[in-house]
Amino acid sequence: MIALGQFLEVLIGGLLSGVLYSLVALGFVLIFKASGVFNFAQGAMVLLAGLALVRSLDFLVTKGFPLWAAITIGIGFAAVIMAITAWLIERFVIGPLVNQDGLTLFMSTIGATFILEGAAQMIFGSDAYPLRLFPTDAWFLFENLFPGGILVNKLDVWGGLIAGILVAGLAIFFQRTKTGRALRAVADDHLAAQSVGIPISWIWFVVWFVAGLVALVAATVWGTKLGVQFSITFLALKALPVLIIGGFTSVPGAIVGGLIVGAGEKIAEVFLGPHIGGGIEYWFAYVLALAVLLVRPQGLFGERIIERI
Amino acid sequence: MLYREAGQFKTTYAEDMAIFPIRQDRMALAILLGIAFIGVPLLANFHIWPFGSDYLLRAILLPFLILALAAIGVNILVGYCGQISLGSGAFMAIGAYSAYKLGTGVHVPLAWLGFAISIPPLPVLLSILLGGLAAAVVGILFGVPSLRIKGLYLAVATLAAQFFFDWVFLRVSWFTNYAPSGSVNAPTLDFFGLVLSTPIERYLLCLIFVTVFAVLAKNLVRGNLGRQWMAIRDMDIAAELIGIRPLYAKLTAFAVSSFIIGVAGALWAFVYLGSWEPLAFSIDRSLQLLFMVIIGGLGSIMGPFVGAAFILILPIMLNLIPTQLGVPLSTETITHLEFIIFGSLICYLLIKEPHGFARLISLGKEKLRLWPFPY
Repeated sequence: MIALGQFLEVLIGGLLSGVLYSLVALGFVLIFKASGVFNFAQGAMVLLAGLALVRSLDFLVTKGFPLWAAITIGIGFAAVIMAITAWLIERFVIGPLVNQDGLTLFMSTIGATFILEGAAQMIFGSDAYPLRLFPTDAWFLFENLFPGGILVNKLDVWGGLIAGILVAGLAIFFQRTKTGRALRAVADDHLAAQSVGIPISWIWFVVWFVAGLVALVAATVWGTKLGVQFSITFLALKALPVLIIGGFTSVPGAIVGGLIVGAGEKIAEVFLGPHIGGGIEYWFAYVLALAVLLVRPQGLFGERIIERI
Repeated sequence: MLYREAGQFKTTYAEDMAIFPIRQDRMALAILLGIAFIGVPLLANFHIWPFGSDYLLRAILLPFLILALAAIGVNILVGYCGQISLGSGAFMAIGAYSAYKLGTGVHVPLAWLGFAISIPPLPVLLSILLGGLAAAVVGILFGVPSLRIKGLYLAVATLAAQFFFDWVFLRVSWFTNYAPSGSVNAPTLDFFGLVLSTPIERYLLCLIFVTVFAVLAKNLVRGNLGRQWMAIRDMDIAAELIGIRPLYAKLTAFAVSSFIIGVAGALWAFVYLGSWEPLAFSIDRSLQLLFMVIIGGLGSIMGPFVGAAFILILPIMLNLIPTQLGVPLSTETITHLEFIIFGSLICYLLIKEPHGFARLISLGKEKLRLWPFPY
């Protein structure tokens, strides 16, 4: 018999770690919405942002800066790095491939992934670097309701909060600002947007930069959890099933998909895993995505038409 | 001057439809095959430079041949049929593990049905081919969704195959004959009483496999089936309108591609690695194969060879050249440089020459035919 307390604990833990998948998936969705490019490089961008942040933090702290100043400068530095990356990618990779089919664009982002991974590790080093921006200790909730209470990781709560703020910010950006509206126009129809005078290369730069900032946020949270290291790029692979489940073009889809994957895989791992050998967290999200693909190929919130890519 | 087809008249349809209609091409191929089949073994046998040790044979030519074979399989699916796959590593693993199980004997205890299925150990050649067949069956299964989903969605479906089979071969100990470490040893390479043990014999075995499959693949893509694949790749709706059945075309592409990849996987495990664990067929292998195809040339049979050679030789060159120049790089830097160079090359080729090095070579041949009088 499964105790309710344990189930709730697993569920909450899964939902909160799902928020982090959503963060990475958001970066994908932003770029896909605005340029139709499926960005395989999102994981590499998380790695680059994380490395830039953690290395500049270490450097500033050893130079004797107070912590708050170091964090501010470090985040600013990482943001500048992401802006440069966005510009380089737009200028040298995606820009020249405008009007090519999606498959070519997708493969070019695989190329970009490798450049980013190589360059990031060459510049900033390739060890595992601990990052401590948020408290990582545990909380116990409802101790009088369930035996032992429900264990919740503070970091995960922080991650959830930050993701919420980020999504709200993005929603305002998309709905209220001029650039955000231009961005949606480009997503709808490149040619029409260009003909009413929207500079498409500028829009693409903005989109990649915003995706870079989302990557930076993901990197701070994930980096605090696991340390900043190469394996963080595998996050991108976990975000793929999230997208399939939520739909490629939907921001709420990315959030809900992340929650479903996070909660689903934790529950499956804890309650199903022991029966079939464990470690099913590794592929559970993918099999779930496959099932969704067979039933509803556009995902839960996706647009109905699937283009040949 | 040398590469000119003036004076070569084709008088029969058969001559017109030959794989290599130009005499110089045929001669070049004959010389190449001669070197590969006779020259290399002779040199290696008498340890003449550059075959002073087995290194070149064992560490470069063997993986080159096997990975080129796998890349041909990937190219059939990605380059000819336009169905992107990120799961080729899994299909190599399926080929390898099925061949291993068949080569060491299959025993399925079906206690709840009251009997057991037992297959005695099969000969190595048969198990390699059956390993390919098993990969083809799984390939067809994963090809079925390709009828409803396309492009990136399919890429995710094949990724699902990759992660699922990685896990299966790691966790289900039946596949590894309950080896405690998870790593398994290939059976003795016994071909009808002929036991292959030296690197030269192994090289020749792979060479035979690669040659046979390359010729088969080349003829397949020239023929009816290959044209159906290419029609599906170029525009699936138009292809359907002119009477091509997408179901048949896509599933055959998946089957043929996975079969070749599976055979390559079995060879990789049996002949090159000898003993292996699931890590040998991780997603890195899938991406590596995809790169070979992109760099070498999407939609060509020569491309995978060029791509495989390039991807294997680049790290060695990165190691060798700075050392010769007196500035040896650390292994870490080499790995990172490799990443950057591969990435840049992929982007550059996709922008400038989407059909890879193979296209450059055929352009060169076009130019040579006109030389010294360009248009």
